[in-house]
Amino acid sequence: MRTRVTELLGIQYPILQGGMAWVATAPLVAAVSEAGGLGIIGSGGMTGEELREEIRRVRSLTDKPFGVNLMLLSPHIEDQIRVVKEERVPVVTTGAGNPGPLVEDFTRLGILLIPVVASVALAKRLERYGIQAIIAEGNESGGHVGEISTLCLVPQVVDAVRIPVIAAGGIGDGRGMAACFALGAEGVQLGTRFICTEECEVHPAYKEAILKAHDRATVVTGLSTGHPVRCLRNRLTRKFEELEFSGAPREEIESLGVGKLREAAVCGNVEEGSVMCGQVAGLIREIKPVREVIADILREFWDTLDRLQKVRNS
Amino acid sequence: MDVFSKVKEIIVDQLGVDEEDVTPDASFIDDLGADSLDIVELIMAFEEEFDIEIPDEDAEKITTVGEAVEYIESKLS
Repeated sequence: MRTRVTELLGIQYPILQGGMAWVATAPLVAAVSEAGGLGIIGSGGMTGEELREEIRRVRSLTDKPFGVNLMLLSPHIEDQIRVVKEERVPVVTTGAGNPGPLVEDFTRLGILLIPVVASVALAKRLERYGIQAIIAEGNESGGHVGEISTLCLVPQVVDAVRIPVIAAGGIGDGRGMAACFALGAEGVQLGTRFICTEECEVHPAYKEAILKAHDRATVVTGLSTGHPVRCLRNRLTRKFEELEFSGAPREEIESLGVGKLREAAVCGNVEEGSVMCGQVAGLIREIKPVREVIADILREFWDTLDRLQKVRNS
Repeated sequence: MDVFSKVKEIIVDQLGVDEEDVTPDASFIDDLGADSLDIVELIMAFEEEFDIEIPDEDAEKITTVGEAVEYIESKLS
């Protein structure tokens, strides 16, 4: 299977694994890359040296291309940028901001920078800086979210830029992947689906919470602070809602979220921690090895194309 | 039409705010309710309208309506 995304990244299938903080660590990342996709380390929360350690762990497990996701709002961002440059990480994805100032440096070092965007204007602006591919992420996704749904965002970004677009947000299987290709995407990024894999090191309670989730299980909190986050509804999100409705100051609302993802992902406290995941949680029923997840996605993708062909022939 | 009037028109159009709120001192984020993505859209709209290029380093320093007008005027002169 070849698209501009597989060519650019040097991977077999145009399937990226989202770089989720505290969740996407070396074993998952390496497994995705080994299976022909692109695994991406979630650097959120790591210091520069912790990130370096994780990069080396991935390299000890695979020779295939992999990536690092940089959360541009991270307190350690300067160190993390230095480390990905020193380690010559093949691919860097960025979220939570405008990575424009990084483009020149990264290009010179041969690091492929693929920003995650949630708006057409930012996509157009970044293309002008010489970005070679972009991830358009819809509001269905987990963690920090934009406002537009994948169904509406992807075709608008596809129309606005000439570079290949990778769709993210709301993709949990091969049907979702086919839908995104129908919209013009040439690759997909999945996060939540890869949490429920054998290789993912997140606390087992986190995976169980996603398996139990139904279609309406996630909520977006923090809208009033300007940094909205999607996660599973639990005691923490109810506290968030109470605070937000009571008109509490922004600082108080934001401080409630501090350390809560780690609380859920590492300590397994899925009631008081932040179980970040996308709306596809309800679609995920089984914990499987990464290789099977990718094989399933591809089989469903081709089945979907066949089914659509039948519609045409009917 | 002068630069301020044109800038004001773009801001009213993009942010859906009242014309009288778009004063030179108004901050895009604090007074006009813009978020970071709104600002990217505004910068792109200014570039298109005035046929100029506004690099990110400069865009980051533009926080009020007056600063935008001043910057655009300096680019045009």
